[in-house]
Amino acid sequence: METLWFILVALMLTAYVVLDGFDIGVGIIYLLLGKTNRERRLVLRTIGPVWDGNEVWLLAAGGTLCFAFPLLYASSFSGFYLPLMMVLWLLILRAVGIEFRTHIDNGVWQSFFDGVFFLSSVLLAVFFGAALGNVIRGVPLAPDGYFFEPLWTNWKIGPHPGILDWYTIGAGVVALAALGVHGGLYVATKTEGPLNARARGIATLLLPMLVLLTCASLAATLSVRPQVLDNYKARPISFLIPIFVFGCLGAMFWAARKGKDKLAFAGSSLYLAGMLVGAAFGLYPNVMPAATDPAYSLTIYNTAAGRHGLIVGLAWWSVGMILALGYFVFIYRKFRGKVRLEAADEGY
Amino acid sequence: MDSALLIHRLHFAFTITFHYLFPQLTMGLAPLIVVLKTLALRKNDEIYNQAARFWAKIFGINFVLGVVTGIPMEFQFGTNWSHFSRFAGGVIGQTLPLEGVFAFFLESAFLGLFLYGEKRLSPKGHWWAAIAVFLGSWLSGFFIIATNAWMQNPVAYTRTPDGSFQLSSFWGLVLNPWAWWQYAHNMSGAVITGAFAMAAMGAFYLLCGRHQKHARTFVKVGVVAGIISSILQVYPTGDGQGQMIAHHQPVTLAAMEALFQSQPGAPLVLIGQPNTAARNIDNPIVIPEMLSFLTYRRWRAQVQGLDAFPAEDWPQNIPLLYYSYHIMVGLGTIFIAIMVVAAFLLWRGKLFDARWMLWVLLLSVPFPYIANTAGWFTAELGRQPWLVYGLLRTDEGYSRTVSASNGLFTLLGFMGMYTVLGILFLFLVRREIEHGPEPVPAALEAHTG
Repeated sequence: METLWFILVALMLTAYVVLDGFDIGVGIIYLLLGKTNRERRLVLRTIGPVWDGNEVWLLAAGGTLCFAFPLLYASSFSGFYLPLMMVLWLLILRAVGIEFRTHIDNGVWQSFFDGVFFLSSVLLAVFFGAALGNVIRGVPLAPDGYFFEPLWTNWKIGPHPGILDWYTIGAGVVALAALGVHGGLYVATKTEGPLNARARGIATLLLPMLVLLTCASLAATLSVRPQVLDNYKARPISFLIPIFVFGCLGAMFWAARKGKDKLAFAGSSLYLAGMLVGAAFGLYPNVMPAATDPAYSLTIYNTAAGRHGLIVGLAWWSVGMILALGYFVFIYRKFRGKVRLEAADEGY
Repeated sequence: MDSALLIHRLHFAFTITFHYLFPQLTMGLAPLIVVLKTLALRKNDEIYNQAARFWAKIFGINFVLGVVTGIPMEFQFGTNWSHFSRFAGGVIGQTLPLEGVFAFFLESAFLGLFLYGEKRLSPKGHWWAAIAVFLGSWLSGFFIIATNAWMQNPVAYTRTPDGSFQLSSFWGLVLNPWAWWQYAHNMSGAVITGAFAMAAMGAFYLLCGRHQKHARTFVKVGVVAGIISSILQVYPTGDGQGQMIAHHQPVTLAAMEALFQSQPGAPLVLIGQPNTAARNIDNPIVIPEMLSFLTYRRWRAQVQGLDAFPAEDWPQNIPLLYYSYHIMVGLGTIFIAIMVVAAFLLWRGKLFDARWMLWVLLLSVPFPYIANTAGWFTAELGRQPWLVYGLLRTDEGYSRTVSASNGLFTLLGFMGMYTVLGILFLFLVRREIEHGPEPVPAALEAHTG
């Protein structure tokens, strides 16, 4: 039962990263992408009707974490207090940047909100990457299952790490590149003409960097936490996951070259999913490894909620997810196709 | 009080108070937008569609603010109240993700469709989108209330040896009687906010002499919804909520009424200042025996005062609790009076020309916000000193690892951030009001586009 919920929470987080990932990615390359006000409005329109729905996945995943693994939720949220609060502020700023820009027809106002949107997206990507980096590296857990991490200590990995060190910042940079590519490929699928070409161009430009970063992150992870290999060695078939990840990168290259935007975007979605699944598989059954004493590590077993609750949750979770998937398919179908600006259109 | 505890309490209180300014309007407007869309379908009149579109824009701005201020709420259970989430996660962890999974996906997905997809849908389809938004926002309210209701009146749990609470019956949690009364009371409160806002907007346009046709619709829908909801607010929902408190939290009732001594035939205090040092009420104006009647339906019934309970179980801030409660009740009574007069004038066909009444409607718009906020202050201060009533004290729930100074830093950060958000919000709403419900001629729009 605990394992099942581990998989379900991981799935929800993956859905969040793939979905909100593309609209964060759009923000990362936004200033390069849209050169004129018209183009920027078009770019915003590609994410306009869907971005806040995507963000709900974070909320739902956070709530589900609280439900299935209360101690993990309590420990990690209070331990990552400062960066999480900053993530909240960034989410607020980003929403403001997207929603408030078009309300006034004034160049300075719009440039200001463009900047807010860009900067908050970049920082969010780095923070999320760094968060994952922290989980993989391990945190200074005390015997009671709690910890508190300062923003940084000496930038090194040790028993008293900070939120930011060379490894977690590296993870942040990988996330930045990965979401930048993801966003570019998404815009390519939703636009036409010069914007389409430019979006694909930015993604293709970033791709080689992403390949290098992926290799580097793999190497760094193995040196920081060699234990992640244990699960892989125990079940060698799982080495298909990294192979799959690189396969996705290859497919993205090929599809972007050929101008098959949808395929490239699908590749990038699967790449992100593969990276996360790979990390989750390496961690299992740990959910928050201790940098202090491995015995203090939080696992799915010592953090899970009561059995009855977990079984009941399975029932409503399945129904809710089927409904949610239904809405998402319906909404994305309704807004499918390329975006255009029409004179009398509402919004953005 | 421990300063870290105080900071964490202020942190949650500040962020939730600011947050709830927005959902109360969206939850209140959602059914009214459905009414406008239904009128549009029934009467086949474009006026109602324009009216619905106008309110959908106001709704959309509020919704965005509600989302961005709501995500911090969900996070704060873990960041600032980690011991509480650890102990209670097995139970409140059910209702919190239920909101996300069932309500929020529905609301956010269909709001996007409602706002930007009107051209892609049939009129009937657009009506269904409005229904989905309404359902989503009201479901969302229910799950949050169910969470709070469990903290007020914990049911359907077992306690494990390590002190954590685990769910024992899902339906017990969802059917908590406290939750249903609190939900009904809260939602009619939200409709009051929505109705007063709609009526005030109509009154404003009528007073300015702009958008007359739309303005009359706004006033009409607002006043009709306003009189229904303000009456429901008092009876049966307010009465039912009061009964819940009387039975499950008698010490809270005593503190709300500042009834220091137990007595038969307890009076209802209309006005007066509680004096906790002297344990009496200064300058009271009371209705004799009324409190006994309202609580037990008998004039001479014995009502327990604060003296019947150990002082460490009293809510800590009795004056603030007392004032919040009395402000809520006083305003609720005034809302009924305003809406009865407005409905009477509407029925006689004189409302649209009665400028004094339009002024009253316009000026009353902040007060439902104050009443709803005061109501939540009553609920939350009344629950003290407990976090989970009778089971977990508030000082056992906060994050020990997060120091007071870190908490203060982020509290100040949120204050600054929310000040900016508030200014932007007013600015955007003002723009929509300026723009009005009537479409701009296409030529003009193309120019600005």
